[in-house]
Amino acid sequence: MADTALRVSAASSADKRSGLQKLMQRKSTIAFLMTLPLIVLIFTLVAYPAGYALYLAMLNKAMTKFVWFKNFDFLFSRDTFWMVVWQSCLFAISAVVFKAFIGFVVAHLVNNIPGKKQRKWRGMLLVPWVIPAAMSTLSWLWLFDSSYSAFNWLLEPLGIGPIPWLGETGWARFCVILVNVWIGAPFFMIMYLAALKSVPEQLHEAAEIDGASWWQRIWYINLPMMRNIIAITALFSTILTFANFDIVRVLTRGDPLNTTHLFATWAFRLGIESGDIPLGAAVSLFMVPILAVGATIILRDINKRGSEV
Amino acid sequence: MTARKVTRRFVAKTAAASSALVAAPFVRGAFAAGKLSIGFWDHWVPGANKAVEAASKAWAEKEKVDLSIDFITSQGNKLIITAAAESQAKSGHDILAFGSWDPARYSDQLVPVDDIMAPLIKANGEASAITQYLGKIGGKWLGVPGTPGAQFKGPCSRIDLLKEHAGIDIQALYPAGGPPKADSWTLDAFLKAAGACHKAGVPFAIGLGTTADSVDTCGAIFQSFGAAVVNAKGEITVKSDKVKQALEYWKQLVAFLPPDAPSYDDATNNRAFVAGKTALIMNPPSAWAVARRDQPKIAEQTWHHGMAAGPAGRYGPFTTPFWGIWNFSKNQPAAKSLLTALSQAPAIEEMVKASAGYDIPAFANLTTMKVWAEEGPPKGTLYHYPNPFNHQILSIAAAPAPHKIAVQIYRHGLETQMVVRYAIRGEPMDRVLGWAASELEGYMRT
Repeated sequence: MADTALRVSAASSADKRSGLQKLMQRKSTIAFLMTLPLIVLIFTLVAYPAGYALYLAMLNKAMTKFVWFKNFDFLFSRDTFWMVVWQSCLFAISAVVFKAFIGFVVAHLVNNIPGKKQRKWRGMLLVPWVIPAAMSTLSWLWLFDSSYSAFNWLLEPLGIGPIPWLGETGWARFCVILVNVWIGAPFFMIMYLAALKSVPEQLHEAAEIDGASWWQRIWYINLPMMRNIIAITALFSTILTFANFDIVRVLTRGDPLNTTHLFATWAFRLGIESGDIPLGAAVSLFMVPILAVGATIILRDINKRGSEV
Repeated sequence: MTARKVTRRFVAKTAAASSALVAAPFVRGAFAAGKLSIGFWDHWVPGANKAVEAASKAWAEKEKVDLSIDFITSQGNKLIITAAAESQAKSGHDILAFGSWDPARYSDQLVPVDDIMAPLIKANGEASAITQYLGKIGGKWLGVPGTPGAQFKGPCSRIDLLKEHAGIDIQALYPAGGPPKADSWTLDAFLKAAGACHKAGVPFAIGLGTTADSVDTCGAIFQSFGAAVVNAKGEITVKSDKVKQALEYWKQLVAFLPPDAPSYDDATNNRAFVAGKTALIMNPPSAWAVARRDQPKIAEQTWHHGMAAGPAGRYGPFTTPFWGIWNFSKNQPAAKSLLTALSQAPAIEEMVKASAGYDIPAFANLTTMKVWAEEGPPKGTLYHYPNPFNHQILSIAAAPAPHKIAVQIYRHGLETQMVVRYAIRGEPMDRVLGWAASELEGYMRT
């Protein structure tokens, strides 16, 4: 009897071992284990802070009481908040459109430069994107500065100015968008250039034989072939541009009259500088659902096109 | 550092230890010795950190405390961010340098320091009213006024340009070594001088942005008219006649300021001064210190003096930092002992010397040190900088509003925004006041 019991126990432990072995041999288990460090990292650096920000956004000003969505309710009743929403949209959309346009044009120009020279141009054109934004923006600040503005110095002999680059709403908005375009356009350029390289040369040759013009080749060959890259780049850049902080912070700090504030700088003003952390958290979270919906639509469209191909 | 729950017993123990501290100097013992960390403000003036560092190290050596010192810059709001992070984490330095509004902001996380302040006030004289407003919350001192960084942001003028274009001999109004003879130095005279200098191409470089220099200047002029947007009781008083008078004055003044005044930050005015493009800025002696190094001829023509008087008095913008002790500090008796050592008159004098007169102690008996009389060139340029004759009322924008509202008025630059809307954008007075009232209602949310 005891012998039988022993055998049953040995068999069950052997079963367990083999079960564990089987589990470990499964591809999905190995894949999970290999991605585990990344999952932990994402949880620690993305999910936890996002969850904590959501928690903060639901506290009262003194952070002593849970008030659910009252902070959002309060924000929606403030004119300044809607001004920040409008400015963020203006900033992000216009900056992305200009970056995409400039990137597209420059990518085509660079693509037409032969061999070695192309590498040099590529490297040089990437410089604005490679320099830390806070540092390059500081240089721009000096270019716009009232005492030392190089732009005003150049315009003076022409009888123009002095222009209050950062002191007047229109000019200040122009300046922050300009700096963002200057920094971000090289990223578009390099992405579009990579996409252009993957367009088969035979298509262009065939089109040329058929008498297609330069514009028709771009419109009917390059654009459709680059569509996915254009969509992904635009999506990526839109998200980053909406979340921009450093350019506005260094150049204008949201002045004049809060007319250059973006979500991030406004959240900083409310949360860190003015001591209303829950309201600051609410501002910073406002765009998340809107961007998430936008991202889902664009990514679904890309997947759809991928499966069509 | 881990968070420590504040229990009744803990408070009683801390109170007992604090009482012992008042009665006798800090005595190294099993409870009091150990580690201590402090985050000081990283001074603008090169070499100014040395005095506070030396005093701290001397104290640590004497008391055998393992002291670690960090100098944290306020550039990019790093000090504000550090305080916010430590407050959230309930962990970090034992003592931190706090900005003017922070004792109120972190009032439930800072250890009361009345036991330190009472003997310091006895020895060094009363703290100025504005220091009391900022540091004494609910009747308790929540921070010791920190000398490094305490500054008067009054006029810093060009002697030659004011004389040549506005006909004002500023040295005669504020003579070195003597009391001010500045009865004629009123806001009307200030306005006329601004107009003359503007005409001559060297306008007063006064900003209307949302950073401290702009906000402080705007606040002082509002106070000179008796204009408060929120009163001490927390009632919105923005639609008063005095506020309207202040805005009308600003409308005249703005016509003589640089067109990009709304975008000024705290460095723009300094740059204009050092570049020789202005006859007057509102600033502590940092612009002069830079000019002394880079543009000696401009420095030689620089004079620091009092603010112009308005109908309600002569208000001069003043800001002061505080050294506060977090309630999660594990070594509060040692922290109090260090702050006591740093606030003795000889230690403070060393700090003022090291900052070349930039720092102004908050205590009444310490505003007549030799350093201000001797610094130059020109000799005596800083003589009136620490307000030695109490010629003006030191103030901060948004006072006397309750702190939690005042800090938002200050940080959002509400008053400068009102000026820009009314005087530059040309919005009607009623609309500007209505907008400000709406913003203030928002600041009052709890």
